[in-house]
Amino acid sequence: MTNTAEMSIAKAINAGIQKQMQKDSKVLVFGEDVAELGGVFRVTEGLLAEFGNQKVFNSPIAESGIVGTAIGLAMRGYKPIAEIQFEGFVYPAFDQIVSQLAKLTNRSEGHLSMPVVIRIPYGGGIGAVEHHSESPEAYFAHTPGLRVISPSNPNDAYWMIQQAIESNDPVIFFEPKRRYWLKGTVNLDTPPATMHQAKVLREGTQVTLVSYGPMVVTALQAADLATAEGISLEVIDLRSISPIDFPTILNSVRKTGRLVIASEASTSYSVASEVAARVAELAFYSLEAPVLRVGSFDVPYPPAKLEELFLPDADRILEAVDRSLAY
Amino acid sequence: MTTSAGRVPQVQMLSPDGVFEVPSEYAHYGKYIEKLTLDDFLKFYRDMARIRRFDNECTALQRQGQMGLWVPAVGQEAAQIGSGYAVGKNDHMFPSYREHGVAITHGIDLMSIIKMMRGVNHGGWNPEETRFHLYAIVLGTQVLHAAGYAMGVNFDGNVGTGDPEVDQAVITYFGDGATAEGDVSEALLFAAVNKSPLVFFCQNNQWAISSPVSAQTVVPLYLRGEGFGVPGIQVDGNDVLACYAVTAKHMDDARNGLGPSLIEALTYRVGAHTTSDDPSKYRPQEETDYWIARDPITRFEKFLRRQGVGDEFFQEVAQAGDDLATQIREATFAMPNPPLENIFKHVYTDPHPLVQEQQAWLENYESSFEEDSK
Ligand SMILES: Cc1ncc(C[n+]2csc(CCOP(=O)(O)OP(=O)(O)O)c2C)c(N)n1
Repeated sequence: MTNTAEMSIAKAINAGIQKQMQKDSKVLVFGEDVAELGGVFRVTEGLLAEFGNQKVFNSPIAESGIVGTAIGLAMRGYKPIAEIQFEGFVYPAFDQIVSQLAKLTNRSEGHLSMPVVIRIPYGGGIGAVEHHSESPEAYFAHTPGLRVISPSNPNDAYWMIQQAIESNDPVIFFEPKRRYWLKGTVNLDTPPATMHQAKVLREGTQVTLVSYGPMVVTALQAADLATAEGISLEVIDLRSISPIDFPTILNSVRKTGRLVIASEASTSYSVASEVAARVAELAFYSLEAPVLRVGSFDVPYPPAKLEELFLPDADRILEAVDRSLAY
Repeated sequence: MTTSAGRVPQVQMLSPDGVFEVPSEYAHYGKYIEKLTLDDFLKFYRDMARIRRFDNECTALQRQGQMGLWVPAVGQEAAQIGSGYAVGKNDHMFPSYREHGVAITHGIDLMSIIKMMRGVNHGGWNPEETRFHLYAIVLGTQVLHAAGYAMGVNFDGNVGTGDPEVDQAVITYFGDGATAEGDVSEALLFAAVNKSPLVFFCQNNQWAISSPVSAQTVVPLYLRGEGFGVPGIQVDGNDVLACYAVTAKHMDDARNGLGPSLIEALTYRVGAHTTSDDPSKYRPQEETDYWIARDPITRFEKFLRRQGVGDEFFQEVAQAGDDLATQIREATFAMPNPPLENIFKHVYTDPHPLVQEQQAWLENYESSFEEDSK
């Protein structure tokens, strides 16, 4: 019999970290307000009590410092999990992530590994003030040396955070903020896939719909609505933003001949753009229609009262599906 | 540097004429010199002269197109050799990009520095084994890495045990210009809050490319840490004995659990910022001449001669320098270019599909030319 538990994404990440900390005394958790408070989203709740203040501690409010010291601790043999409180505050650490963390293994010709996890809540939909709703994943995915992943459900959250911690390379772990409280069943015994595998969440025949992170729930809603209209969508959750599991996408596109990619990020220069470009290169003769992207507009993230209209929803996805089918 | 309050206090042990004297208020530093032997002094001199010779040869090699860039450390030998020898055998060093002198005090192969400046690799020595971490070109970044490393030393319990085999300290090097970077301030704070065994060693060579130190700070740099809780001291950076003693004392304090401190070594960048720079555009020759007259190696030679060290020794060192120059010239000219496949190595520690795919593509592409030429 498999052991399972019902939990939210936030709780699943927490449980995954807890399990790794129990297994490996080198795992550290730090960032802003992660100790007594358990983080502003309570993802690290209870870890201080169990593991003590040498393993779980609050850092000064200095993001470059958080990542820079995580690098030094990794050099010392630790496995740091650094929390960035919100995605809009990661930029002070940008140099330490893209020029230091991402390159040290290369620069040292393999003498150094950088088993650092940077956890970043991202995405909109929670009615927040400015800088608390963005989707900056493409900046990091564009950087050689980093691995970038994002779970969309509790089971993936539980396992992917553990795979990230066990990785010998730096992993940017994007947490779908507005889905933190989404509940689901976690299989406590067996991981659903490896860290960089995409998963077909729903099989279908007419259009492949690729998405990741917070948009996966929306993609599944779109698939339900489409079914009601007699349209069959195959929904793929990328899970890994860098590297991308192209074989899984190509298998699907070769079957359906059509591809729509949905994400919250601004559409241009995005992860969706990369998927579109590669599929056009690798499956040109299978395509019945141009690859279409559904994302946010290329404007600054708007004030909260407008975000519902700003973020792609199931209808916007279906509009693209219709356009694809019309070719 | 002078302030509104006048000249700042500075630890000096060797007068410009090479007379050794420790002011009573610095007796706690002076103790460290008492433990040194003549052999240590000769070693300090040898290495300062060696790195100077190396440095000048590298500038020449760059001029001849053998290196993309050279970053001279001429004038800063006392700060580097003195502090470098104060670093213990379990301690770790996080340099900036001009610390060739510190490098040789811990056995870094000089050719690996040339290799990097020639464009063969980005460093590549083993930081864990050498304890001398890789050069950092983005200003101030290494200071945070040192702060993180030092936090780890604390967590591991390698501080304050009193056992010299167990206790460790970390030292990080940065310039006067780099102090303006946020990373340096953040590192001071992280080190203070965590009471880390970390010595911040600022070589104030008075210029950051063309910007004088007055563009970076209005308060003497040794005071920079005070507001963070990191006490500081200024040392005469052209006095190898003072640099050694002050660094040794602060590294001891760090190992003993007394927390971080900051040393400002006041020195001068006699040469250009790099071989791409032209100092005549921004500073008067008289200023440079003033500092050349206060050369750290000449000053130490005067001290050694007062100790009875004679011509024979200095001739031997000069000869060793010429031999080294010949050796590195030959080795540089003979250094092969790296194979292209190196670009795919060590991008990640674990296998990565994109890297593998692109490497396979390149191999295929290259081999297509081989077939064409058949
Ligand atoms: C973050 C960053 N900004 C700018 C530069 C370009 N740069 C290289 S060296 C330098 C001056 C540094 O001066 P200082 O810290 O005093 O060290 P020195 O070169 O004098 O040893 C500058 C501006 C850089 N390397 N990194």
